Amino acid sequence: MRIAEIENEIVEEFELFGDDWEGKYEHLIDLGKNLPLIDARYKTDDKLIKGCQSKVWLHSELNDENIVFTADSDAIITKGIAALMIRVISGHTADEIINSPFEFINRIGLIEHLSPNRGNGLVSMIKQMKLDAVVLKVQKLNFPTLN
Amino acid sequence: METIAKNSILNIPKLRKDFPLLSKKVNGKPLVYLDSGATSQKPKQVIDAISNYYQTQNANIHRGVHQLSQEITIAYENARTTVQNHLNAAVSQEIIFTSGTTESINLVASSFGKKYIKAGDEIIISEMEHHSNILPWQVLCEEKEAVLKVIPINENGELHMDEYRKLLCDKTKIVAVTHVSNTLGTINPVKEMIALAHEKDIPVLIDGAQAVPHVRVDVQALDADFYCFSGHKLFGPTGVGILYGKEKWLNEMPPYQVGGGTIKTVTFKKTTYADLPLKFEAGTPHIAGGIGLAAAIEYVNEIGLENIGGYEHELLEYATLKLLAIEGLRIIGTAKEKASVISFVIEGIHPLDIGTLLDKQGIAVRTGHHCTQPLMEHFGLPGTIRASLVFHNTKEEIDVLVNGIQKAIKMLQ
Repeated sequence: MRIAEIENEIVEEFELFGDDWEGKYEHLIDLGKNLPLIDARYKTDDKLIKGCQSKVWLHSELNDENIVFTADSDAIITKGIAALMIRVISGHTADEIINSPFEFINRIGLIEHLSPNRGNGLVSMIKQMKLDAVVLKVQKLNFPTLN
Repeated sequence: METIAKNSILNIPKLRKDFPLLSKKVNGKPLVYLDSGATSQKPKQVIDAISNYYQTQNANIHRGVHQLSQEITIAYENARTTVQNHLNAAVSQEIIFTSGTTESINLVASSFGKKYIKAGDEIIISEMEHHSNILPWQVLCEEKEAVLKVIPINENGELHMDEYRKLLCDKTKIVAVTHVSNTLGTINPVKEMIALAHEKDIPVLIDGAQAVPHVRVDVQALDADFYCFSGHKLFGPTGVGILYGKEKWLNEMPPYQVGGGTIKTVTFKKTTYADLPLKFEAGTPHIAGGIGLAAAIEYVNEIGLENIGGYEHELLEYATLKLLAIEGLRIIGTAKEKASVISFVIEGIHPLDIGTLLDKQGIAVRTGHHCTQPLMEHFGLPGTIRASLVFHNTKEEIDVLVNGIQKAIKMLQ
């Protein structure tokens, strides 16, 4: 499925809750709880995303042409957001990830998470995911044998 | 929010009407504002004073011969006198307008440091300081190869006074401590600390940012050498703050920033600087800020800081009791002397999750490390949830907070 299609799917999922913020957040919390665990060896300080009030570990690796992300957080709502992000972009090419506007965040009514507030990790998370995509793309271009 | 605290002589519903923003709805719920420790809301008396300044008084101060300039110069200098009287400073030139506590501390660290600090000297701060009262001293120590010494705290979040006594020595050149901890609410025994330092002729700077909204400060009774605070935590505007400094220090210290307003004469060879307070006030100041701050001080004094303190103590006791009834909740900072600031954590739940879900219920609290990372490290916590209470808060709002936390816990488990 293309990124835009997955985003639409998520938006529809959240639309079911209408104005029920509790429902939306409970769903997000559930997603956080069900996020597959990151491999313990990647839960290290160098995998931490800076600029979040909670700790967010992000690991990325190439699987052929596609980038696969895994993540964890010590805050469950942040983990839920990470789960959504991963669902949208994990398994796509670097170019698709770099060019993704992540519109679904605004569309599912969790817009406050996108405010450039030092407390929230979403902006930092998006930045890091795109940065990882660029790095992995360049590495693959320049040093194909090292992959 | 109609019930008044029984023991209080304050008419809270009436006072709440002074704050236009308190009637706002957030996420469809009535706003419960428990983040005055970050910045206070503003009463209409302050908003009107600022608006009135721009509409009827605006001109530059200390410059013009024209009527408007003269009038606003008088008003601005009256604002300085209002601050002087509020702090009971000996003379008005000991009151320096700055942009806030952070700039006040930076000014002293830079200016006092330039004149008095040399390699091997020691500067004492405490473990509970806000980053604003750590970094300026850290930078100064790096520059001058001086040594930063830190007074440790006990498990209740109180300073170890014995350790403080031991740290004071011939090498100590200045002590900089907070009056009230922004994270823990601890009220430090600053009068005693100043007296101990003075026994060894060591000057003391007090960070009063979190104290001035809650307690009456008398800089002469404290015998503080420097006292800093921000307007915006005292129901005044952002971007204005105060540095009180004893005249003898301020006279000897070199200017911090230089430019318009700070001079007597300028030639390309030599400049002579203006007398206090202008020596430390380079450039056109935040005139509206000064006017607004004076209005805020007058507003607080009309209510009476003693009345405010009494009522806030009542709120603090009520909130402490109610919060402790929540299973798994632990209060961080249990000093005997405490202002109405409560930090807490809930076992197994990240503070950010609680803060996010409280926000959805219209409750504004602060979460995180509160710019006191070394303190968080002491307690081994990633952060806390902080509710800071002021006189416009009510017991009903505390009940809303408690119910909100319980709802958040239920959702998160």
